[in-house]
Amino acid sequence: MIFEGKALKCGDDVDTDAIIPGKYLVLTRPEELAAHALEGLSPELPGKIREFGILVAGRNFGCGSSREHAPLALKYAGVKCVLAESFARIFFRNAVNLGLPVLECKNVSSRIEEGDGLKVNLREGVIEDLSRGFTLKAKPLPGFLLKILELGGLMAYVETRLGGGI
Amino acid sequence: MVKGQTIAEKILARASGLPKVEPGDFVEASVDLVMVNDITGPLTVKTIKALSKPRIWDPDRLVIVLDHQTPADRVQSAENHKLLRSFAAEFGVKALYDVGVGVCHQVVPEEGHVKPGMLIVGADSHTCTYGAFGAFATGVGSTDAAAALALGKLWFKVPESMLINVSGRFSRLVAGKDLILHILGRVGVEGASYMSVEFKGETVEALSVDSRMTLTNMAVEMGAKTGIIEPDVKTIQFLKEATGENSFQHIRSDPEASYAETLEFQVDGLEPQVAAPPSPANVKPAGEFSGVEIDQALLSSCTNARLEDLRVAAEILRGRQVKRDVRMVVIPASRKIYLKALEEGLIQVFVRAGAVVAPPGCGPCLGGHMGVLAEGEVCISSTNRNFTGRMGSPKARIYLASPATVAASALTGRITDPREVVP
Repeated sequence: MIFEGKALKCGDDVDTDAIIPGKYLVLTRPEELAAHALEGLSPELPGKIREFGILVAGRNFGCGSSREHAPLALKYAGVKCVLAESFARIFFRNAVNLGLPVLECKNVSSRIEEGDGLKVNLREGVIEDLSRGFTLKAKPLPGFLLKILELGGLMAYVETRLGGGI
Repeated sequence: MVKGQTIAEKILARASGLPKVEPGDFVEASVDLVMVNDITGPLTVKTIKALSKPRIWDPDRLVIVLDHQTPADRVQSAENHKLLRSFAAEFGVKALYDVGVGVCHQVVPEEGHVKPGMLIVGADSHTCTYGAFGAFATGVGSTDAAAALALGKLWFKVPESMLINVSGRFSRLVAGKDLILHILGRVGVEGASYMSVEFKGETVEALSVDSRMTLTNMAVEMGAKTGIIEPDVKTIQFLKEATGENSFQHIRSDPEASYAETLEFQVDGLEPQVAAPPSPANVKPAGEFSGVEIDQALLSSCTNARLEDLRVAAEILRGRQVKRDVRMVVIPASRKIYLKALEEGLIQVFVRAGAVVAPPGCGPCLGGHMGVLAEGEVCISSTNRNFTGRMGSPKARIYLASPATVAASALTGRITDPREVVP
């Protein structure tokens, strides 16, 4: 589980209304939601996500409601991985459950600059800033969360478990 | 020396089959109970049915409560109810509480599903209420609930614990709701993010089970994962009646357990509290809002519509009339509470005072039905959230308060410290 991309930065306390504004919650197809990902922060962001690929956030990313639409919109908009100083609890769960990789790491927001080339090894919890030549070490996710992410989400994991695959 | 563990850590360790856990650890734990309601349940059901071999690991560990849009307020709600009933029949789920039994967070403990030491997930953010019985209970999404049902297990991050120590005695007409609002005012809406909040101290010990449920219910308003209170004789008495069983797990935090934060609160002289819109942490003494005129007074919800709440409100309203041009809506939290309130003559007091008594359920608390607000209207409410648009129009305003303050305000037509009307 290695992801490469450029850093797209956002600040502290990015709430679920910024990630996917409430007026779009009637949409159910992930591609439709993706067209509005991060629109609450700035209207040009949905179109920029795919060329960057890695979201770098501050504290309390994903605070607010329990809407599963938020990680879904980011995932389908082309976010390969979200790095943040910290995540809001329900967003973190929903992201893993829907197969969006997330990694909590101190100083990601202060040390990484917008547009930096990044290489993230999710299994090891290692973030390399290729543009500036430094490495940050995060506490890696435990094995079963990595497994859920590898399979694409919690229900795929459930399927595998029930089928005797794990 | 072995480090002590909190109740939350002990429950998560036991459910994960580990000797101990530390805050920040990720564990896969066996879930003792899953709860869904008529808002979150349909998506859980659809997710289960999308499995190649739809199954639930133990139908006796699922509780389904129809409480939000009940009785069905529109065709879509009726379809959701129908879907849940047929799912329960198909999968052998016996614990389906249909329209009118009550609000899920009252019904689940009242019907004996909660015991100390249990690990409970519910697809509803106020699931943390069950911590009043020494359980670890937390709100999750519909997909989480589906996975927990299919496997019997779910992953958790072990939370840090916050200890809230409360001492002192309440003044007359000041209650648990005033305390939790006061705590929220100091801790803030993110102050306990991801934490397990343990309420302790002489004041908490003196509280009834009804009031303790008000404290743990609103732990989520501080961002907490759960709220927990150590079980005592009062808890055991409640549990004996609810479950018909006689012995329960004895669970308490070790004296040397470590807390990320410890806060001290003193309730001597605490005045009735009110949270002004749009945040439950926007709290001041009720007296500071005495100029705010109201259109509706709502006594309902999983926060404050239990027997003790109905009693104090009825005492204030007895022989008096709700102010002209003010609507008062009373919704007992469960059918059992409704019946007891009838037997005690409380319902007659409400009806004679001019209040509307609606069937047990969530009612307008989250903007459902039976008392939603129009643009520009103001409601004083015994519920838990005063977010913009929560109870109908985004241009309505909701003030949160205790049942006594709600009843007093219904009499005067403005936000009123209950001690003003009960000299």
